[in-house]
Amino acid sequence: MDLSVAIGSLTIPNPLIAASGCFGYGVEYAEAVDLSTLGGVAVKGLFLAPREGHAPPRIVETPAGMLNAIGLQGIGVHRFIDEKLPELRARRAIVFVNICGTTIDEYVELARILSDAEGVHAIELNISCPNIKEGGITFGCSLPGTHNVVSAVRKVTRLPVIPKLTPNVTDVASFARAAEEAGADAISLVNTFLAMAIDVETRRPRLTNIVGGLSGPAIRPIAVRMVYECRQAVRLPIIGMGGIATAEDVLEFMIAGANAVQVGTANFVDPFIWAKLLDGLRAYMTRHSLAKLSDLTGTLDTTARHKAWISS
Amino acid sequence: MSQVYTSAMPVDVDAAVIANTRLSDDYSVLALAAPAIAAAALPGQFVMLKASRGLDPLLRRPFSIFEVLRDGDGAPSGLTILNKRIGKGTGLLYDAEAGARLACLGPLGRPFEPVDPPAEAWMVAGGVGLAPFVTLAEALIARGTTVRLFYGARRAADLHCAGIFERLGVGLVCSTEDGSRGARGLVTAPVDEALSALPASQPVRLYVCGPTPMMRAVAGVAASHGRSCDVSLEQVMGCGLGGCYSCVVPSLTAGGAPHHTRSCIDGPVFDATRIVWDALAH
Repeated sequence: MDLSVAIGSLTIPNPLIAASGCFGYGVEYAEAVDLSTLGGVAVKGLFLAPREGHAPPRIVETPAGMLNAIGLQGIGVHRFIDEKLPELRARRAIVFVNICGTTIDEYVELARILSDAEGVHAIELNISCPNIKEGGITFGCSLPGTHNVVSAVRKVTRLPVIPKLTPNVTDVASFARAAEEAGADAISLVNTFLAMAIDVETRRPRLTNIVGGLSGPAIRPIAVRMVYECRQAVRLPIIGMGGIATAEDVLEFMIAGANAVQVGTANFVDPFIWAKLLDGLRAYMTRHSLAKLSDLTGTLDTTARHKAWISS
Repeated sequence: MSQVYTSAMPVDVDAAVIANTRLSDDYSVLALAAPAIAAAALPGQFVMLKASRGLDPLLRRPFSIFEVLRDGDGAPSGLTILNKRIGKGTGLLYDAEAGARLACLGPLGRPFEPVDPPAEAWMVAGGVGLAPFVTLAEALIARGTTVRLFYGARRAADLHCAGIFERLGVGLVCSTEDGSRGARGLVTAPVDEALSALPASQPVRLYVCGPTPMMRAVAGVAASHGRSCDVSLEQVMGCGLGGCYSCVVPSLTAGGAPHHTRSCIDGPVFDATRIVWDALAH
């Protein structure tokens, strides 16, 4: 039974990657989870310099979901390399470093620095965080912006370059194409949906930042649709995410066209979810006599269910 | 900056509700069968409880471990939480019936450090902030430390579970805002009076848990008397393990730099002098 999947030149032992922003720097979970058994760990988004992020409250729950506006608090790339990467390396984690800048030059600088660090396996470009005004999403919401940042980073690193796309656009597939044309090795999607919640008693926003990003099972059907649209548009490997909480959810994304997935919010609810997801994937493979899990990607059957008998 | 507290590996228990004792229309003591967590728990640590098996509410909630339950042989068999019905999750927990099962992850967080004699330990609790102090009182009394509890609430009917502390031999000083039990007013005043009366040669550490304005006021009183003070803070928390960066507290590093530190793994217990009270959301 082969659960491994390929993301360009990088082969990972299974399709389950811990989503950036939902797994700290990975080391927080190293006692709870054998990091080497994951398909990868996408660490919390890093800028060049440390950041303190937004004032709390930073999260609020909504039905089947949560809004967050953390504001990319982080220790910066240098402290990450010095303080976190050695432990990730020692624990044999496959490390996806999520990077964020306010200018293309900052993305390029981050990519250069990380390319020289031992134990980094891929670079995920955060061009989709909805919670900070400067940078990031301004690239992700513009087709030329996406193209320019991907091609600039592509030129300075041999590591796989994976732009993480925002769903807060009209046609996400056009951004997938822009990434492909710019030389991306894969794309990951979706980041969170820009959203808002209000306390009607006080008439105040529930988040200090007023707006935040919606994640969790509430967004899953929209995310599946977006992965499906991107699969139609590009040949690139796709890392799908958005509300995955069960093995069935993983399979849904893969059938829609994802080569691998990321799990975020569900890890907050159950830090031991990874082994349960793997068990569910193995059970499905047994039930469907599937030798290679990667054969499932993009196998959505859209042939007509019924003989056409009336025009819609 | 103090280092992140690393405890033994937390465990996730599908815990059966043993009993749910309603103390009032909004307070209950929920007893859960979770021996593995109870056996590892240290004073002031917490668990992350899932109030529903469904998706609303989606996340777990942090709760101080209120009591460690023991079987006839004295072995840890479970734990209780002191629950106050405030929102959807706490409402579901208030309504939980014996036999129900709740996912319970723990023990988590930096525990209290109990002081040894001759130092005294003064615990200061406001309302549901009583929750972390039973386990602390037991640890202190086991060391032979003299323990007092200053316990404040709106009215006498809200001073739940004081008897637990009296039975342990804790000196109890109650206050209520309406004067229906003990001194009238906030708990700060009796703490201030007692500190004024304490000889300077008598070491004491304060341990405080309650509403943010109350913790701030007591921390200020402790500082004015030059006494050390630990506070147990609660913030909106997503995961309890340091993954989400939701539960941050405005604090100062050892070098005095402002820093959002995670209350789940750097706390919930902090030296009060590290907290930037002006910035802490109320």
